[in-house]
Amino acid sequence: MAFASTVVFVGLAGWYALSSETWPVVQRQFFSWFHFTQVWPEVVSGFWLDVRLFLVAEVLILVISLAIAMVRSLRGPAFFPLRVLAVTFIDLIRGVPLILLILLLGFGIPALQLRGVPSGALFWGVTALVISYSAYTAEVYRAGIDSVHESQRMSARSIGLTQVQALRHVIVPQAVRNVVPALLNGFVSLQKDVALVFVLGVREGVREAQIYNARTFNYTGYIVAAVLFLVVSVPVARFTDWYTERDRHRRQAMST
Amino acid sequence: MTGAPKLEIRSVSKAFDGKVVLADVDLSVGLHDVVCLIGSSGSGKSTLLKCVNLLVPIDGGEIVLDGVSVTSAQVNPNTVRQSMGIVFQSFNLFPHMSVIDNITLGPRKVHGLGRPEADDKARALLDQFGLLDKADDYPDRLSGGQQQRVAIVRALAAEPELMLLDEVTSALDPELVAEVLNVIRGLKERGMTMLIATHEMGFARDVADRVCFLDAGRILEHGTPEQIFTAPQQPRTRQFLQRIVEAGRL
Repeated sequence: MAFASTVVFVGLAGWYALSSETWPVVQRQFFSWFHFTQVWPEVVSGFWLDVRLFLVAEVLILVISLAIAMVRSLRGPAFFPLRVLAVTFIDLIRGVPLILLILLLGFGIPALQLRGVPSGALFWGVTALVISYSAYTAEVYRAGIDSVHESQRMSARSIGLTQVQALRHVIVPQAVRNVVPALLNGFVSLQKDVALVFVLGVREGVREAQIYNARTFNYTGYIVAAVLFLVVSVPVARFTDWYTERDRHRRQAMST
Repeated sequence: MTGAPKLEIRSVSKAFDGKVVLADVDLSVGLHDVVCLIGSSGSGKSTLLKCVNLLVPIDGGEIVLDGVSVTSAQVNPNTVRQSMGIVFQSFNLFPHMSVIDNITLGPRKVHGLGRPEADDKARALLDQFGLLDKADDYPDRLSGGQQQRVAIVRALAAEPELMLLDEVTSALDPELVAEVLNVIRGLKERGMTMLIATHEMGFARDVADRVCFLDAGRILEHGTPEQIFTAPQQPRTRQFLQRIVEAGRL
């Protein structure tokens, strides 16, 4: 039934769109086969750069944000300065638009012409992404750390573990399990946001599509880029749902 | 009591957000002694144990272990905790680790034992407590009684000289209580010094060298089990025991 109604619904909507007067124009501007063959190689190679940027940035983000979250979770007056540092970093970075951070680092730092400091747009673009996402992801981890019951921390301390050991061996492994869906959600978000480094002139997928558009006034390249992003992000979104559901079942089974 | 006390609690006080939980508590536990803390919920039994383990900082007084004050700022709490084991009401096993890893985590990370050595010791302990076949299971595969026995083994793995037991049978189904209590009786036979908070009055009478009745954060009365259970002096103690008897728990 669900399938039948979906077919009918999509069929009607499609028929309506294709039969409208403006469809030939839309097709020429957005779905042109000729332009597709022209723009495809450039957008694909640009998109491949997006994928690599994403992978590098994600690994760094997962590690750095976990370190920040752990520092933020340390207790006792001795760690107060570290906690303040972590909170300040998170507050500042989360309060600034990502695009601003990219512009600031990507154009600003190379303009200083400092010796020994890289000046590549790619480097600073990824750095801006890593900094921004680390602040958000640290909060995801922190929520996970807070979700582990206090008794686990107490019992870890009671066998003589230090705070850091307790976090590392007892709290964080459980915390990560609790926030995997939220982390995957961040993956999807970052996977698209890497395209923002195009403002620095990096020739990634969106930039290539834009260049082609500027040359030909045809938008097919944007559609190609959009489809490529979807091809990666939709499976991750489906996987997140699947994982969350499986996790829910597992917990229910455990609590009976 | 034999020789110098293993543990001395000297006028310890503790308040949470202005609410007094422990008021001027004095208690000493001799080597190889078993002292049971009884009293209604909220009387401060659990807090007292956590204070002794330095999991909860005290507001006043001091805790002395083997003649050394362990609540002074110079003492590293991690070192103190290694010399005693604590077992909680809710087991608190680490759910993401197998039984054997639960037990060896402390010895490996705190005492720097290698995995083979730590494993051997843990398996020997598990064997003593009839749990060897559970070594590679995860805690959620175990019954409550088995989990609590594993928690006791975990606490024993550090070879403590003092065990603190915080209502270790309160979260168990009635038919599982006996197996855990038998483990504790076994520890007593081996001469383990223990401070036990419990609602199991029959067990306390049976196993304790001395019994302390706590009420509103104070030790109202203490003495041998015979004194406390057959001839309590304080009206509050009598009232408490009366209710226990009425509930059929003594």
